[in-house]
Amino acid sequence: MAYDKFKILKSTAVPLPIENIDTDQIIPARFLKATERRGFGDNLFRDWRYYSNNKPKDDFVLNNNKYCGKILVGGKNFGSGSSREHAAWAIYDYGFRCVISSFFADIFKNNCLNIGVLPVQISSDFLEIIFEKIYKDPSTLVTVDLTEQSVKISGSEHYENFQINDYKKNNMLNGYDDIDFLLNLKESIKSFSKKTPL
Amino acid sequence: MSKTLFDKVWDSHVIKKINNGPDVLFIDRHMVHEVTSPVAFLGLKKRNIKVLFPEKTFATADHNTPTRNQHLPVKDYLSSKQLEALEKNAQYHGISYWGLGHEKNGIVHVIGPEHGITLPGATIVCGDSHTSTHGAFGAIAFGIGTSEVEMVLSTQCIMQPKPKKMRININGKLNDSVTPKDVALFIISKLSTSGATGYFVEYSGKVFSEMSMEGRMTVCNLSIEMGARGGMIAPDNKTFDYIKGREFAPQNGEWDEVMKYWKTLKSDDDADFDKEYDFDGTKIEPMITYGTNPGMGIAINSGIPYSNQHGGNIETFQKSLDYMNYSQGDKILGKKIDFVFLGSCTNGRIEDFRAFTNIVKGRKKSPNVTAWLVPGSHRVEKAIKEEGLLNILNQSGFELREPGCSACLAMNDDKIPTGKYAVSTSNRNFEGRQGPGSRTLLASPIVAAAAAITGKVTDPRDL
Repeated sequence: MAYDKFKILKSTAVPLPIENIDTDQIIPARFLKATERRGFGDNLFRDWRYYSNNKPKDDFVLNNNKYCGKILVGGKNFGSGSSREHAAWAIYDYGFRCVISSFFADIFKNNCLNIGVLPVQISSDFLEIIFEKIYKDPSTLVTVDLTEQSVKISGSEHYENFQINDYKKNNMLNGYDDIDFLLNLKESIKSFSKKTPL
Repeated sequence: MSKTLFDKVWDSHVIKKINNGPDVLFIDRHMVHEVTSPVAFLGLKKRNIKVLFPEKTFATADHNTPTRNQHLPVKDYLSSKQLEALEKNAQYHGISYWGLGHEKNGIVHVIGPEHGITLPGATIVCGDSHTSTHGAFGAIAFGIGTSEVEMVLSTQCIMQPKPKKMRININGKLNDSVTPKDVALFIISKLSTSGATGYFVEYSGKVFSEMSMEGRMTVCNLSIEMGARGGMIAPDNKTFDYIKGREFAPQNGEWDEVMKYWKTLKSDDDADFDKEYDFDGTKIEPMITYGTNPGMGIAINSGIPYSNQHGGNIETFQKSLDYMNYSQGDKILGKKIDFVFLGSCTNGRIEDFRAFTNIVKGRKKSPNVTAWLVPGSHRVEKAIKEEGLLNILNQSGFELREPGCSACLAMNDDKIPTGKYAVSTSNRNFEGRQGPGSRTLLASPIVAAAAAITGKVTDPRDL
């Protein structure tokens, strides 16, 4: 089953320069009770975004009209903690299609790639530059080009390339999904299973 | 070519290698729970396919379940819907399901080893990051997201690039009151929460070879907290003795055959690791965390670091201390606490309850402390009763709850109230992890017991 294709994304970006943003902050466990993948964006960063009486916290970036866009820019070690894919779903459902950081936690990164959100890892220096530019001018456009694996800032000479393996890149570009790939291997999987000792 | 333990298990499960891409890895055991599986089963329904190997799939209810009155219908509507969904899905696909009230029910990472589902040399996954627990048996075990749960249900495979390899060697004799939890918190405090990201860790050295199987499970469980995909320990006679005779373990005739394979499961002497650390076990003290990630741990008799000693981003560090309402340089000993939580896949096993009981025996719980003692499974609960621990706990003013993940992630009613401090034997001290606004201090069952008695952070050696 296909998901959104990702080629080029040109958008303003939302800055969140905190390190070690864990999946419990992205979506607290009490919001994991759904049996369908729907509505998780409402609770993205719930406890940073709202007081316990559901009143928005004015000082949180998602409640600040100045900042919007399809790109979330986070501090180092983004997505640490739990394996809950709900964190990636919440980011997607809110409207983000790309997360930029200088370092990602493994499982979160995989989860993003599996649902069509592009995790882009760049150097900490370049991350600082992006934060600086956005804070200076929230209308700054960031361009993430998957084909050439680059991140550019409009009106600036700064740019950087990022890594992604060819297989995942091809999946993202075409909206392919791992399960379709694996289902085609079903016969070899079955014969392999007969050889395993356990 | 020389191989590490990790190489041996990984390489023997690769069905296909994709050039500049992931490996297709065959999965021997898939553990499933109610929270991360419903959307995956929905995916199978949409594709109109069934679970490929239901006999390799085991389902239980643990994450959102109540720890009281489990014989009654679950009050929380959404939780009850998730439980119903899992029961139906398990039934439809022919998967064994150990739901609420089942005598084998418990936390997924506690029941796997208990029933011999967890075996050396196996690949084990579950939609839960603490799947790394099973690495204690020399298995490759790690947490996966829901898309991957769907992958494994439908094809018994996942697609991941092979991680790099790290070895952590700790030798020397551990000091009095230093437990496997302290060893793990010590390692994470040295490596940070991202220090092992991209790696699979092998724990090696005297400290681990002398550790009990349950202790090894605690250490491997916490591997994910330093970012590692998982952690593992080479199986030895202790491992084999633990497994022998358990329900799902190889029986009689199969045993000798599989033992031949299991005995090969160790890193070759000259095997290469991408990174290696050595620590001195005699230097480890009982540990406790003071901040909002598991890397923010210190020896219980030391002080909260100053921002310039901490190493990370200063604003993030200060944000964390503000959340905890602690100051740089504060002594952690003597800090007032309100709650104690004994349980979780990290420290919810019988040895943890023995250690806790041993400290509180003949003493009384502080009237200012609310204590939640939650066994990891019904088996553990039964042992607590049969060994007479429950009587001792009751005499000291403690009650026992029913099994589940409980206050570790507070999906059920077991939530630490806003602003309150909990000494918790679980695995994460993230903001709000144990309930919105809750403040968590991670520690061993012994340190938790000492705090439950005095109502403040206490060195168990000072009791």
